[in-house]
Amino acid sequence: MTLRLEAITKVVEGRTHIKPTTLELHPGRFNVLLGPTGAGKTSLIKMMAGLDPIASGKVILDGEDVTRRNPQKRRISLVHQFFVNYPHMTVFENIASPLRVAGVPKSEIQGRVEAAADVLKLRPMLDRRPHELSGGQQQRTALARAIAKDSRAVFLDEPLANLDYKLREELREQLPDLFAGRGAVVVYATSEPEEALLLGGETALMEDGHVRQFGPTADIYRAPASLAAARTFSDPPINAAPVTVSGGTARMGSATWAAARADGDYTFAIRPHHVLPQPMANGVALEGTVAVTELSGSESSAHFDLDGRPWVSLAHGVHPYRVGEPHTFHMDPADGFWFGPDGAPVQEGR
Amino acid sequence: MARITLDGLAHSYLPAPSGPADYALKGLDVDWQDGGAYALLGPSGCGKSTLLNIVSGLLRPSEGRILFDGEDVTGLPPARRNIAQVFQFPVIYDTMTVRENLAFPLVNRGVDQATIDRQVAAIAAMLEVDGMLDRRASGLAPDDKQKISMGRGLVRDDVNVVMFDEPLTVIDPHLKFALRSKLKELHQRVRATMIYVTHDQTEALTFADRVVVMQEGEVVQIGTPVELFERPTHTFVGHFIGSPGMNVLPAERGGAGARFHGHDVALDGAIAADAAGRLEIGVRPEFVTLGAPGTGIPATITKVADVGRHTVVETDAGGAKVSAITNAGAGGLPSPGEAVGLSFRPDRTRAYADGWLVSGGGA
Amino acid sequence: MNKTWNQKAWLLVLPVVLLVAFNALVPMMTVVNYSVQETFGNNTFFWSGLQWFEQILTSERFHAALGRQVLFTSIILLIEVPLGVAIALCMPKKGVWVPVCLVLMALPMLIPWNVVGSMWNIMALPDIGLLGYFLNEVVGWQFDYTQDPIDAWVTIIAMDVWHWTSLVVLLAYAGLVSIPDAYYQAAEIDGASRWAVFRHIQLPKMKSVLTIAILLRFIDSFNIYTEPFTLTGGGPGNATTLLSIDLVKIALGQFDLGPAGAMSLIYFAITLLVSWLFYTLMTRNDP
Repeated sequence: MTLRLEAITKVVEGRTHIKPTTLELHPGRFNVLLGPTGAGKTSLIKMMAGLDPIASGKVILDGEDVTRRNPQKRRISLVHQFFVNYPHMTVFENIASPLRVAGVPKSEIQGRVEAAADVLKLRPMLDRRPHELSGGQQQRTALARAIAKDSRAVFLDEPLANLDYKLREELREQLPDLFAGRGAVVVYATSEPEEALLLGGETALMEDGHVRQFGPTADIYRAPASLAAARTFSDPPINAAPVTVSGGTARMGSATWAAARADGDYTFAIRPHHVLPQPMANGVALEGTVAVTELSGSESSAHFDLDGRPWVSLAHGVHPYRVGEPHTFHMDPADGFWFGPDGAPVQEGR
Repeated sequence: MARITLDGLAHSYLPAPSGPADYALKGLDVDWQDGGAYALLGPSGCGKSTLLNIVSGLLRPSEGRILFDGEDVTGLPPARRNIAQVFQFPVIYDTMTVRENLAFPLVNRGVDQATIDRQVAAIAAMLEVDGMLDRRASGLAPDDKQKISMGRGLVRDDVNVVMFDEPLTVIDPHLKFALRSKLKELHQRVRATMIYVTHDQTEALTFADRVVVMQEGEVVQIGTPVELFERPTHTFVGHFIGSPGMNVLPAERGGAGARFHGHDVALDGAIAADAAGRLEIGVRPEFVTLGAPGTGIPATITKVADVGRHTVVETDAGGAKVSAITNAGAGGLPSPGEAVGLSFRPDRTRAYADGWLVSGGGA
Repeated sequence: MNKTWNQKAWLLVLPVVLLVAFNALVPMMTVVNYSVQETFGNNTFFWSGLQWFEQILTSERFHAALGRQVLFTSIILLIEVPLGVAIALCMPKKGVWVPVCLVLMALPMLIPWNVVGSMWNIMALPDIGLLGYFLNEVVGWQFDYTQDPIDAWVTIIAMDVWHWTSLVVLLAYAGLVSIPDAYYQAAEIDGASRWAVFRHIQLPKMKSVLTIAILLRFIDSFNIYTEPFTLTGGGPGNATTLLSIDLVKIALGQFDLGPAGAMSLIYFAITLLVSWLFYTLMTRNDP
């Protein structure tokens, strides 16, 4: 079972909303669509599910062309960002509804609903109605419906976005296990890079209606194919600045270091967690002015001004910064990425 | 500006509450200093919104008193408390311009025109909305609308307290950062007492000087962001703050401190002699080190998640799940199924009895 | 590839097209046909151009009926809209009384129009009607809607207010309950007066439903026929002969199909024009 997209596009009022997209998605792992709001993730999911018209190209599900087929007839499930359940039905009926529509015999429905409810810890709530549930329970009901139905493809469109972050953490941890061994193609859209990393599998980086890069999540994270891809896959945003190399010395504003690269102009990019407030081995000092500091539980970030560019440092623990005052940050240039004038990565070497 | 005191405050939405379970708030005694930036942090349903509505006067508590600068305001309606509130969804008056919106609370109180003009101009400049003062407020983007809601709260210089009820809910993720820092900056400029309600730890820890962590209608800890992270006085705080949260492991008394999985664990200090109840030890994943098998506490790796900037390793030690955060590169990582030895950093390992801190001097 | 989809779409729209044709287009073209011809019976028609339109537009009878119609509709709107909004503001927003109020409000609208006319006809009769008797004997007002034009007007207006204010109430209520609590709380904290809350929160949030309410009430009251016809038959004299009643008199009473056709079209044009004006004015300031 695979889901293959062959150069599909979406055109709205003469404007190409989704540029020709070709992907091959496999079961047994999460296929993550990662990109900022407005990148086209939801559009692409709706096109795969048959909810949005496709201007050109083909959607092949399990070897069968379903481009023009009704969503009802595709045997797929979709879990939306908002908790979509039938308000007048109990949790049991909500989970059972797609099975009833599919004509599954009564005797079988009971078992399948209970199995799905067990996985999602909904057993005690089967008789309740959605409005009697918390947000997390409502979304678990929607997930249970997707699991109980024997779908060939499951589309999850930012299913955790509207949950408290602790609940998000818990559910995110369970998700991969829920779909493991079901043989369905799982597509998961998110705007959070960390979610993509935690869910693993393969990731398609989306930006402005394009899929910029597609492949195993960790590989994409370690080797972004373009500056745009590196930007999409970093939160807080990746730090970038122009660098000039001449005679084996790289110069970025007031910072210099030895670089084994051909002379010329580059863009140097480095993720915030590689820019730290304390000295390090092979470190290059960066003189910045602290603008804003933030704390998220166990990490602190400092947004600082580096030669007129906004840079961010993200470090473990709590660090005392003085807002508005200069601070020396450090980075190891070996952790960074180099891009040429065309935005393509440049490998080391002269 | 005012100091706010909650004195034995309790509230139940039921007319005749019969037990603790019927209370949305269970007896709070809190002191908020004049000019402080506070956050109320907790999961949905913990009672933080109830508390907020009681402070603003939209809800009358079943029991206890609320004092502004020592004066009892429990029975006063919102309009007479001199407070300001920013809601989850931007509340703006559609029929008015941005300027009229900002001036509205002043006009209602009969402030003279010259003062109104001055205050509105000042607050608009602070919020960076001075370019849109004469536009209709109804046509603005959500983040600008929310800025104007904030502005209406901050425009009066006589407010006792400004309250924020999850004000960033409708803001696009990439704009949240800008508004978050704007709020922090505003507090430093106007020095009003501010209370910020949220379930998001980043928002709470960034905004507040002191965070009030709530769970099931009770305050479990009040402390600075650093204290909450380094010395949680309740296991809930350890779990709720930090990602992943603190490891809370079943333990028994023994040796110098506590025993976990048959091994002595060194703690930050002695367990209080009178501590009773279910004993647990708490240690954050940041302070768990993975060593060779045979050293420390034996465990088996169950899951390795590479989050990019660090790696979260989950292990199983005698049936208990212990997470560790390591900075080891991709190559040096253990893989699931491998045996390891765990060690906990002693000065960051604490004991809890029935959830409350009992080692190193207790809560 | 898209063509298959498009053709399917046309097929789906077809029933509606046919329905509209049979419901609106065909009858209307018949009227247009009548309005430009003269008939002397026997199904023989002669072309008469715009003669009937000229006759109607200059006829005093038409002017008088149109005047009465405009007056009636204006009074109806001036009473029902503020009254409906006021009642909606007084209705409970939550609790067990909500369904009770809603059902009570919906009751008048559920009664067939000719029954409403008959009810008021009997109720307002000075000798045997509850209302008529009460006004004459208890209040001491010499009330007789069958004789006095003012009394007849009071009766048809009271009837329409009774029958249709609920529509405005229900629409305004729907607008009101959709306002989040935070707005009221913010206004309370901002120190807004009751009037300011109405003016700056409730009225703007009700605007779109009120636009619909006013439009519906305008169209309905401008075209009203059954109830006043059952109640007063257009009398006493021509005092309550509204446009539609006059139209029916010409068409069916005198069988002047040509003038009736022309009058119908003028009537239709006025309704359409005023509705459009209303709508444009009310939605002009929307962002």
